[in-house]
Amino acid sequence: MSAPAATTERNAGGARTFLRALARQPIWAVLIVELLFFGLMPQTREVFLSTGNLLNILLQSTFIGIVALGMTYVMINGEIDLSIGPIMALAASLSVGLQMDLGLIPAALVGLLAGIGLGFFNGLVTFKTGVDSFIVTLGAMLGIRGLVFVYTQQDSFFSMNFAYSDFGLSSVGGVPTLAVIFLALAVILHLVLTQTRHGRDTYAVGGNRDAALNAGVRIGRHVLINFSMLGGLAALSGILLSTQMGASTPNMGTVYELWVITAVVLGGTKLTGGHGSIVGTVGGVLAIQMLRNGMNLLQVQAYWVQVIIGVMLIAVLFVDKRTSVSGQGRVRT
Amino acid sequence: MQHASSSPTWRERAAGILRDQGILVAFVLLMVVMSLSIDRFATSENILAVIRQVSILGTIALGVTFVVIGGNLDLSVGSMLSLTTVMVVDLHDKIGPGPAIAVTLVVALLAGAVNGTLVGIFRLNSLIVTLGMLSVLQGATLLYSGGKNVDIVNQDETWFAVFGRGRLISAGGIDINVPVVLFLGLAVILGIVLHRTSFGRKVFAVGGNRVAAAYSGLRSSRIVFMTYLISAFSVFAGAVILGSRVMGSQNTVGQTWELQVLAGIILGGTSLLGGSGSIFKTVIGVLIFGFINNGLLLLGFPFYAQWIVTWIVIILVVWLDVAAKRGKLWAA
Repeated sequence: MSAPAATTERNAGGARTFLRALARQPIWAVLIVELLFFGLMPQTREVFLSTGNLLNILLQSTFIGIVALGMTYVMINGEIDLSIGPIMALAASLSVGLQMDLGLIPAALVGLLAGIGLGFFNGLVTFKTGVDSFIVTLGAMLGIRGLVFVYTQQDSFFSMNFAYSDFGLSSVGGVPTLAVIFLALAVILHLVLTQTRHGRDTYAVGGNRDAALNAGVRIGRHVLINFSMLGGLAALSGILLSTQMGASTPNMGTVYELWVITAVVLGGTKLTGGHGSIVGTVGGVLAIQMLRNGMNLLQVQAYWVQVIIGVMLIAVLFVDKRTSVSGQGRVRT
Repeated sequence: MQHASSSPTWRERAAGILRDQGILVAFVLLMVVMSLSIDRFATSENILAVIRQVSILGTIALGVTFVVIGGNLDLSVGSMLSLTTVMVVDLHDKIGPGPAIAVTLVVALLAGAVNGTLVGIFRLNSLIVTLGMLSVLQGATLLYSGGKNVDIVNQDETWFAVFGRGRLISAGGIDINVPVVLFLGLAVILGIVLHRTSFGRKVFAVGGNRVAAAYSGLRSSRIVFMTYLISAFSVFAGAVILGSRVMGSQNTVGQTWELQVLAGIILGGTSLLGGSGSIFKTVIGVLIFGFINNGLLLLGFPFYAQWIVTWIVIILVVWLDVAAKRGKLWAA
């Protein structure tokens, strides 16, 4: 008698831990609801929970997801970056456009470096001039798109080397390579954020800049690292997207800033800085893509997704406002 | 008049003028330099053409200026422009121009009221709320049109053409176009509302310090709500001009307009932090935006070079502004 009772108790304890974890990451509860909903709906249950479809969702999450990982750092840092869409397009255009002259990998590296450089520039201007990062990157969003259009003359570039698109369509042990890259980056960036000094200082700067300054944190360094990292991740995402398409388009990344910020905010990161997590962001990205996928299977017009995402984004603010009073004391400890 | 000894030196005066009217000085300098270096720049046709080109952007920027001075942002104006332009064009042939305009006005004000309720009354973060509305309204536009572009069939027979294509005065090679008159007329009206009424003063007070404004008895929620209605109204006006000029509309016609509108407002020197700025500054800012574009095109640069220049100019303008306020060039 005692053994099963203990098991039940342990199960109850496990359930409680699980529920507590969900309370900390409410977006994962949304994810479970979505899984149950689309998994049980008669119209979608055949396809939705199939391995192929779940891997498809993961692959679709990769491009927004990689950028969202970097955006999480920048937003925890108390800043924002609106210029990631054009950075994606510039990196992809360079990577495809230069590959005839330079070779595949050097061209991709040029694209990556361009992204890191532009991110560094955003961070440098934000930190050195004291102009709000919203304004700095708003300008960059227009300006870098201008660079893309001037460089490409508004043309799409097609990769003549099949190795490029072969990479985009390849898989490792049944999982698409691009999705593996996303998951690996998520794990690494989760560890960096939670286990390293840079991660802790990023929270400190975003939470209370003056206190961090007084505690001897070198604010500029963290701002520069985070913006450069985001620029590099945006470039990587653009390059990976171009390997999947076998081409780059000058309009790549349009409205990506909207999707990325939505995913990060859905994942519990606050615009005011100091709060957030990679686990939440990954949940936010998956929740958005699962919704798009499921609604697509339901044959709902794709336009509804935009409406629902917008409503979800605003709804999060309501929930956030209600819980922020109790949340503050808990997170700080 | 003060005694000569205590009056400010010319140096201090110059510094004061630069601080208060720096953008205006920059604008005049820009115009002089462009007139001297570009042949076809300083002609009345060219200058009127530029004002006509920026009239829709400017019209929307006037309304958004209220929101910004009130301490908030409105990123939904681009999508709202898409929705209202598609609606006014689509309804034109279905229910006639007058009712189409009326319905569009109601839709715009409803969208503005949603923004105003969420930001003003529920006090939610305006960046996220209007980013969400950007998505919602773009989705609504596509749902409304079913993804198809819309147009007006009998383009020559409708009085609706007057808003975008009409000319008020046409003499001696000078055309004063209706869009220009609507833009500048709305600028005068909204300028009076913002700078000569108690409502306008309250907008500045709420944007400057919402808590202090609340303690002094201002009902800030209602004022913020009103700023979003004004913003929505200006989008409606822009949509009527745009729909009338093009006589058709794409579903995504307003995409990135929210950023160009903000760029114009920032170039004029209105702070995004709220509490300061003016309608006049916005008009100047939008004109700078237009004349930089025009000058670069006349010099033979590709169209999108203007965006690169705007990028640099925005950073410089706001940098000089914050540097003047803190008395130091560098922040750190």
